[in-house]
Amino acid sequence: MLLSRAFQPVAMLILLAPFVLAVMAGLLGTSAGNRNFGIVFVWIVWWAVLMVLLVPGLGRVWCTVCPIPAPGEWVQRRGIIGGAGRLRTRGLRWPRRLRNMWLQNAGFLVLALFSMVILTRPSVSAGVFVGLIGVAVGMSLLFEKRTFCRYVCPIGGFIGLYSMAAPVELRVRDAQVCVDHREKDCITGNDRGYGCPWMVYPGKLDRNLDCGLCTECLKTCTMDNVVINLRRPGADLAKPVRGNRIDEAFKALIMLACSIIYPAVLFGPWATVKEWAAIESFGGWLIYAAAFLIATLVVIPGLFWLAVAGGQRSCAGGLTVRRAFNEYSHALIPLGLAAWVTFSVGFALTNGSYALAAISDPFGWGWDVFGTRDVGWTPYLSGAAPTIQAAILIGGLLFSIRTSLRVGLRHDPSGETTLAATAPIAAFLLASTLALLWLYLG
Amino acid sequence: MSQAAPVPAQRRPITAGRAILLVLIVGVLLVPIPGFRTPQTHNIVIDASQFEFSPARLTVNRGDIVQVTLTASDVVHGFFLDGYGIDFRVEPGTSQEFTFTADRSGKFRYRCSVACGALHPFMIGELVVGPNELVWRASALAAVAVGAMLLHARKRPSA
Repeated sequence: MLLSRAFQPVAMLILLAPFVLAVMAGLLGTSAGNRNFGIVFVWIVWWAVLMVLLVPGLGRVWCTVCPIPAPGEWVQRRGIIGGAGRLRTRGLRWPRRLRNMWLQNAGFLVLALFSMVILTRPSVSAGVFVGLIGVAVGMSLLFEKRTFCRYVCPIGGFIGLYSMAAPVELRVRDAQVCVDHREKDCITGNDRGYGCPWMVYPGKLDRNLDCGLCTECLKTCTMDNVVINLRRPGADLAKPVRGNRIDEAFKALIMLACSIIYPAVLFGPWATVKEWAAIESFGGWLIYAAAFLIATLVVIPGLFWLAVAGGQRSCAGGLTVRRAFNEYSHALIPLGLAAWVTFSVGFALTNGSYALAAISDPFGWGWDVFGTRDVGWTPYLSGAAPTIQAAILIGGLLFSIRTSLRVGLRHDPSGETTLAATAPIAAFLLASTLALLWLYLG
Repeated sequence: MSQAAPVPAQRRPITAGRAILLVLIVGVLLVPIPGFRTPQTHNIVIDASQFEFSPARLTVNRGDIVQVTLTASDVVHGFFLDGYGIDFRVEPGTSQEFTFTADRSGKFRYRCSVACGALHPFMIGELVVGPNELVWRASALAAVAVGAMLLHARKRPSA
């Protein structure tokens, strides 16, 4: 199935249908978010499926089927299932200075700053979806391949980061086969598939971050050398970080910070903060935005920097603080992912029942397609949810500590400096976990 | 040359460190947390308005009796208490009275259960029934586990 030319386009087409319905419901349907398909299916159902099942279990698999870049790709290739030869694009190369995650970080922060409005106003939510598709189409016409997905998509950025913890990977069987194979069909493409749309050379792929699991290299490889493996979860996390990837470290820090801020703002008892986040008053939103940005870009990264610096100072491990900041930022990934799973589990269990009404009456116009329009709001497992959330958070914490120890051992296989280097980072991780536990349970 | 006989698998010895860790974990999970007091009765007026409850956070002890008078000051609101399954609806200008015994400890959110506007899903208050064992035990368990992993790493470079 994965080797079929039709696999990815058909999957995208199937998912484009509910996506279009979500946009239409957002633009034309009721303004009550809990009765609007656009809000309920995207921000409750899709989000929960993405963060609880897909990313932890299958990594980038959402990017395989995501409908957002589909129109742009089809316009660029002049076809849906197969390309028509000459591409409709200027084919520009993405500027070297932007070949990193900074734009994705900025895009995510912008969405996060307006998330209370996006989550509760169907028309705004639809506007965001249309905007993302518009940017993707525009970039497909200007830039080569899936430049949007690789360098701009704010959702793909964190999916890529957290996919490094997933138990699934696309890799080559034998890197030497790729070295010896001069044609490099995986880059140039052939009659069976496109050259890697994500501009990745599979022969050197050693972590999930940049691979969109589009399955093109599975099709194009004439040496049958590309495979999808099951592996130990988190196998990418202790690997060396090539080059200066502060952007990647900040992605992990921003995601962890947001995973602490979101439950405080959305699930906390502080109505004033919610009103600020919902832009009930512009002055209030400015205070919220300033506090949000200071927390995500200064306070949390600053504390982590201090922890890393403290560890390096006490162990004299030979790493610069900047380098250690890069390397140890991978230890934030399991805890950050666990925090997002915790958030999503709570939100989905509480609000998931809205889906039954919304699927029968997607626009809130009084339809009753499946006879479930009048199903009332019912929170599920409201008594057990806190225990489940505590278990997820503690599991994420231990996975993160283990990752930091593995990074420490890679730099000092004797293990003599591991404790000194990682103890401050463990303290940072423990403090973050305690903050999350108190927000959810305390 | 004769082959060496296979060495039977040996059980890993229970070291003092492991025994202490086991005791700590069992203690964290099972030791009773003090805080029990004679049950009291609380009379609480909770007012619901877009998009907040006032008071937004209540603290009682396990076994206390909670008598709630629920009012709404703008539109129709609801009151659903997580974990207790209590669900009431109140219209503006009226009140609903109900009583329950806080027999489960922990933090329980109360939420508006009647769609009341854009921020309705986030109209949330908190009832804390002490002693909040779950948060203390979870926090202590996290700290013990982190300590154990770090000590283990200090002893053997094979984390």
